[in-house]
Amino acid sequence: MRTIFYLIRKEFLQIFRDKFIGKAIFAIPIVQMLILVPAVTFEIRNVKMCVIDRDRSVESRALISQLEGSSFFRVTHTTLSGKEAFDLMHRDQCDLLLEIPAGFGKNMGNGVPSRLMVPVNAINATHAQLTWGYVSGVIRDYNLNLAASKTGDIGLSAVPKMDITHRYWYNEMLNYKYYMLPGVLGILVLAIAFVLAGLNLVKEKESGTIEQINVTPVRKYQFIAAKMVPFLVIGLIDLALGIAVGMAVFQMPFEGHALLLFLSSFIFMIAALGVALFVSTFTHTQQQFMFAGFFFMIIFMLMSGIFTPLESMPEWARTINLFNPVAYIMRINRMVMLKGSVFGDIKGDICALTAIALVSTLFAIWKYRKSA
Amino acid sequence: MGKQAVITVRQLVKKFGAFTANDHLSFDVYEGEIFGFLGANGAGKTTAIRILSGLSQPTSGSVRVAGFDAAREPEKIKKNIGYMCQKFSLYEDLTVRENIMLYGGIYGMPKKVIRERCGELLDRLQFSAYGDRLIAGLPLGFRQKLAFSVAVLHQPRIVFLDEPTGGVDPVARRQFWELIYETAAAGITVFVTTHYMDEAEYCDRISIMSEGKIVAIGTPEELKSTWQAASVEEVFVKIARPQHVTI
Repeated sequence: MRTIFYLIRKEFLQIFRDKFIGKAIFAIPIVQMLILVPAVTFEIRNVKMCVIDRDRSVESRALISQLEGSSFFRVTHTTLSGKEAFDLMHRDQCDLLLEIPAGFGKNMGNGVPSRLMVPVNAINATHAQLTWGYVSGVIRDYNLNLAASKTGDIGLSAVPKMDITHRYWYNEMLNYKYYMLPGVLGILVLAIAFVLAGLNLVKEKESGTIEQINVTPVRKYQFIAAKMVPFLVIGLIDLALGIAVGMAVFQMPFEGHALLLFLSSFIFMIAALGVALFVSTFTHTQQQFMFAGFFFMIIFMLMSGIFTPLESMPEWARTINLFNPVAYIMRINRMVMLKGSVFGDIKGDICALTAIALVSTLFAIWKYRKSA
Repeated sequence: MGKQAVITVRQLVKKFGAFTANDHLSFDVYEGEIFGFLGANGAGKTTAIRILSGLSQPTSGSVRVAGFDAAREPEKIKKNIGYMCQKFSLYEDLTVRENIMLYGGIYGMPKKVIRERCGELLDRLQFSAYGDRLIAGLPLGFRQKLAFSVAVLHQPRIVFLDEPTGGVDPVARRQFWELIYETAAAGITVFVTTHYMDEAEYCDRISIMSEGKIVAIGTPEELKSTWQAASVEEVFVKIARPQHVTI
């Protein structure tokens, strides 16, 4: 047991003796949070809109100002030429065209249905769908208002209609920062495990220092444990830093128990470290490790559901995700931070993570050879 | 010598694919002696030393080191030996003292004992001023003496040295061999590979390997008289050159 402490001490000494890594290890998570969280967002603001108002009536202007009033849209161009409008879209000057036909206001007054033409730039499909969603929302509101005022005119009692009240639970303002932040925390911890711990072991192979260790009676599990512990500690400190930045800078809510989040991240880190060290046992140079490690990291990250909902992935992808530790921590972080989930709610995820942690660590120990 | 064998090798074969690195080696090394393991580059010395120290598995044959079987109990062998690789492999980003503490700790020595031995060791090497210096800044001669001292820190029964004096100047080599003598005098068996033939003269017994086989074994005097040579170097040149190579 004592042997492990000597080895762990050595790892810490080496980490902090490296002038760059010793500092970067705490600076990078903060910078990462400050940059990634606000940058990676699906929020739509200030969509550049070109208006072709062929009607120029009170009604058409009301519709336009209602769109403009929503802060999602900004009228950057007005034209009467359809060709010019399409040209603008083509040159990326605007992403949304709104064509209001002549007679729009008059038809409205007479109760004749009108057709609006709303082409959206769909180079980025997600962006286009969201834009379209917002536009149709605004137009629906406009329609409802119109219907309400008309019924008043004719002197009928209000037309019975269904009134839908929707609320976004757990993230009322649909603040994407709140959605991204718990995910970025997971990625942060993953990067520490992968890049630092995995590379560390391969570096010892490259420099030959591992041979001197291999010829001692050190046990395989002791060596692997000593490679894990320092990064576990650093990872959890970084997690705390990340949460602190999130709460201080982005007013991140934290509904659940910090202890539960840290316990989950602790298990997650063991899983990530296990995979990283396993990769480092069959690679011989830092270059080889980075190549193989990057492959795992990208797959883990992009499939984890940080950007896209897991539920919309195809069946086979969801099967792969059963073995993806990042997918679990992504869900756990969000549930605990946004929803205030307790252990009972996420125990399935925690159990799965624990299984991955155990298996990957055992694999790393098993595959580590004290002969090379 | 009449002493007890601490290393017993019988019919050791090590193959890498079709290549035979060690071809039926058989020899004994006795307790407390300095055993020189000679051979040209690529003769199979490092392969053999790695098997003896439990880093590599023999393909066939029997190898016993410090009473343990190299194929079945390599970890038990590791407890009883010290090993100094060909390539310097202490941690360059740690200080002299930190390296000593680390290896003392790995071999399970009590902290107090490590401290004591560390002090002794630094005194003996006249290194006391460098205890807290990073290895990275130390000259090669210093490093190799330090690596050797760390390899025998836990007072193993046998210490394996794989070309310990490669690339150091004659003065540092001389000092290094004084350390080897002191160690052997303290009862630790020294198993050393080298291709400096003057160093071979300092050994109690030597073996010469060529193309994976041991072609001569005995004391330097025995070899010189058998091959009618004035020095070990002459013996080596006569027998260690692969026959089919003509230069």
